[in-house]
Amino acid sequence: MFFVIAVIVLIFVVIFQIAKASEYVSILKGEEVSRRQNNRINGFLMIAFLVLGLIGVWYCNELYYDKTLLPYRSAIVEGELVDQMLWWTLIITGVVFILTQILLFWFAFKYQESDNRKAVFFPHNTKLEIIWTVIPAIFLTVLVVIGLRNWFKFTGDAPDNALRIEVTGKQFSWMFRYPGKDGEFGKKYFRLIDPAGGNQLGQIWRDTTIQVKNSRGGSREMTFKADTSNYNDIFSPQIMYVPKGKPVKLIINAMDVVHNVGLPHFRLKMDAVPGTPTTLWFTPQATTAEMRERTGNPNFNYEIACDQMCGNGHYTMKGTVVVVEENEFKIWLAMQKPAYYTAFPDLDPTKKTVNDTTAKPAAGQTVALKP
Amino acid sequence: MSNEAVLHSHDVHSHDDHHGHHHHESFISKYVFSQDHKMIAKQFLITGMVWAILGGLMSVLFRFQLGYPDAEFTWMKDLLGKWVNDKGQITAESYYSLVTIHGTVLVFFVLTAGLSGTFANLLIPLQVGARDMASPFLNMLSYWFFLAASLVMLSSLFVETGPFSGGWTAYPPLSALASAQPGSGTGMDLWLIAMALFVVSSLLGGLNYIATILNMRTKGMSMTRMPLTIWALFFTAILGVLSFPVLLSGFILLIFDRNYGTSFYLSDIFITANNVGALPNEGGNAILYQHLFWFLGHPEVYIIILPAMGMVSEVLSVNSRKPIFGYMAMVGSLFAITILAFLVWAHHMFVTGLNPFLGAFFVLLTLLIAVPSAIKVFNWLTTIWRGSIRFTPAMLFAIGFVSLFISGGLTGIWLGNSALDIHLHDTYFVVAHFHIVMGVAGIFGMFCGIYHWYPKMYGRYLNNTLGYIHFWVTLAGAYLIFWPMHYSGLAGMPRRYYDYAQWESFKQFGDLNKFITIVAMIVFAVQLLFLFNFFYSIWKGRKVRSQNPWGATTLEWTTPINPGHGNWPGEIPEVHRWAYDYGKDGQEFIPQTTPVGSNETNHH
Ligand code: HEM
Ligand SMILES: [Cu+2]
Ligand SMILES: [Cu+2]
Repeated sequence: MFFVIAVIVLIFVVIFQIAKASEYVSILKGEEVSRRQNNRINGFLMIAFLVLGLIGVWYCNELYYDKTLLPYRSAIVEGELVDQMLWWTLIITGVVFILTQILLFWFAFKYQESDNRKAVFFPHNTKLEIIWTVIPAIFLTVLVVIGLRNWFKFTGDAPDNALRIEVTGKQFSWMFRYPGKDGEFGKKYFRLIDPAGGNQLGQIWRDTTIQVKNSRGGSREMTFKADTSNYNDIFSPQIMYVPKGKPVKLIINAMDVVHNVGLPHFRLKMDAVPGTPTTLWFTPQATTAEMRERTGNPNFNYEIACDQMCGNGHYTMKGTVVVVEENEFKIWLAMQKPAYYTAFPDLDPTKKTVNDTTAKPAAGQTVALKP
Repeated sequence: MSNEAVLHSHDVHSHDDHHGHHHHESFISKYVFSQDHKMIAKQFLITGMVWAILGGLMSVLFRFQLGYPDAEFTWMKDLLGKWVNDKGQITAESYYSLVTIHGTVLVFFVLTAGLSGTFANLLIPLQVGARDMASPFLNMLSYWFFLAASLVMLSSLFVETGPFSGGWTAYPPLSALASAQPGSGTGMDLWLIAMALFVVSSLLGGLNYIATILNMRTKGMSMTRMPLTIWALFFTAILGVLSFPVLLSGFILLIFDRNYGTSFYLSDIFITANNVGALPNEGGNAILYQHLFWFLGHPEVYIIILPAMGMVSEVLSVNSRKPIFGYMAMVGSLFAITILAFLVWAHHMFVTGLNPFLGAFFVLLTLLIAVPSAIKVFNWLTTIWRGSIRFTPAMLFAIGFVSLFISGGLTGIWLGNSALDIHLHDTYFVVAHFHIVMGVAGIFGMFCGIYHWYPKMYGRYLNNTLGYIHFWVTLAGAYLIFWPMHYSGLAGMPRRYYDYAQWESFKQFGDLNKFITIVAMIVFAVQLLFLFNFFYSIWKGRKVRSQNPWGATTLEWTTPINPGHGNWPGEIPEVHRWAYDYGKDGQEFIPQTTPVGSNETNHH
């Protein structure tokens, strides 16, 4: 450590001595001469930077292109539109980037101070200025039009046949709820959340009365009536199973702070805000198994990355989407026991059979895909 | 002949210049409670530089974690105590504190106070031809509020539960609940106090800048004769005065929620940690804060970049020996940016569940900002085109600024499109975008200003060779650090992650993170070189011998080399022309104070 610091200090001293000496030399030579010399060196460096920079841009692409999502088709149908938009934007901004950077560094090099040339007095030119107002405006209009068309598709209503799943983020994990056979999510209320009692989401399972304290120290009574459509709702921690080829609509909640359902392979994300549900829908088009093959990575998973700072464990807030064929999905769903009956096994009408099968579900494929 | 003698052999009388005009000042009134705008500028600058170094050091520390998540730097334990765990790694908690304080101080203390605080103070009176600001006293207060904010923020580093750690945007409920994150306890109280003081400082400064520019211009200095620096600082001040109060109101509601049991931002919250359970709050809306925050937050990015744009315009013109191209278009685009800056804030909120129809308007207005931005870029390019360029360090930083502004501005077109942002939001792509376009470009604007006006501030030059090394390493380093981040962003890699090891989707960037960390350390070291150059040159730099070393037209170069309080020993000069008569009618340059000749051509 001290050795490293000593070396750094030494380098600094050397650089400083050189800098001092060159200032000394430049004064002896006179201001004009040394300015010219500096111009030449920096003019050359401008061109060198341009050339090396463009090579660097290419090289960086060589190194990292394969590590991005770009080589793989979006795993959902709608995500193709994001990729399309991305390529259009890349082409337009890429061309502008290359042209303007070349002009900038080339002009800097070419028009460095010289005895043969004087600066021209060129304070304005209305025609030029109109040109470079109008042309960008046209290109931007094109991008806006394509963009908004896609945007309204992403944020528009999900198809009626969409499978609805409720997603809840909490520090630092994800929970999923399926509506069960009746197709309805039972009502819930945050004060009824009781992790120890197996009620992770605060579903209204029974007729209940609670005392609610307010912030001024008083309290009031709240009464709830059991919502029977809660009884068959299915609860799945961390893993969300969805079928391929069928639209899925997420209803997104947060229990404590703002989180974000980030789905990189789907090219989508949506915040989870406490107290204000949001939605997101998509149609998966590649199963997890297919994607493992495509990427050549047997450990591949569709990871849900929390994309909104949510506390010290933010970076561990991972969920998994498992996309399976529709029939596998049906098998999986059929095997799930509603959360209500997990919490109150005595009430479970299918108690016996379930007790027999809880040990290990039979369907091999589904289990194989479990991350 | 000794080095020192060579350096100074030519100065004949510059020593005595500043004795001409003014009264005696005590040390306290000259350096501490100064009401001289030039001294206040230096105070802002040096405080800003201290924060830049602290903020930069923080980034080096958290880059250690990202680059070497498994390494065991036990020596760090000795240095940082409980911020580092026993294995010699920064803890997640302190990682988030470092990121948060880094962001906060660089955006607000360095690139707002350090940048516009310094140059608005230094340049407005000098370039419009005024003896000082409209209210030197408020101006002094503006600095002292900033210093108080700095001290409070600094003290938050030392509290038991750690400094605030919920990100510089401080979104509630996380920022409102100490039960959700320890950093949201006392650390957050101090953060809020510091920021409130900072807002006061900005408002005092901003009102003063506006009043000075509108009322105290010297004879002949019509608005359209002002240098672009002044226009930029003018619009910056307007942005600040109109948007900082909104931020403050957001903070006040947050303070109420934190301390007085209100529910502006809080609703339906159940905290699992430590069995806290359900909170009493109902009916609030966490998104409200984000609207209030970004109503300042977006203008803030222009508060940072406009002064840089103004100085860059000036420096490009002076060192190309050519007028700025399209002066009126430059003013017009500054104006357009100022207006639009207030109308695009929700582009930071596309994925919050914002009404999609509303989102569409924000897409349109956001991409509209690219038009005035494009005009500025093309005008800068045309300014250097067929010029006669002198590569002073300031000029290099100005060119670097344009390059970075192009690179970062273009990715704004990606992010401004909600149909792409839905994929890229809160990934490293955003980190790349805003660091290039605001962080580094803003710093480049600041360096450009420092190198250019240093002779005016201290009567001495910075060392050129060190300046060149500083520039080239910083430019190359900035691109090496931030360019590849676009790629991790395109892999969806989220920002604000302490460690990526457990993520199958992102861990492939481990080597890249190592590389970035190494470059970041080198770039940081070179900033120390600059710092050394800065302080060394105050006392030992080559002395300025000519009143107008860059051959510029503007008024600050008509003051003595070391101007006293009051700036001009005699009458304030009268202005007869705009600020950009370079190369006109075959003359090298014509200062603004030169009357228009009878046979001079008129370009308007
Ligand atoms: C062509 C003009 C620009 C456009 C269209 C644009 C667009 C955007 C958009 C849409 C975002 C939000 C991205 C996201 O969070 O998903 C963003 C973020 C950001 N931009 Fe820009 N931008 C532009 C120029 C600038 C400038 C000039 C600056 C600063 C000087 C700047 C600084 C920032 C910062 C700091 C953030 C990140 C804030 C955060 O979430 O922490 N941008 N920009
Ligand atoms: Cu999170
Ligand atoms: Cu913005």
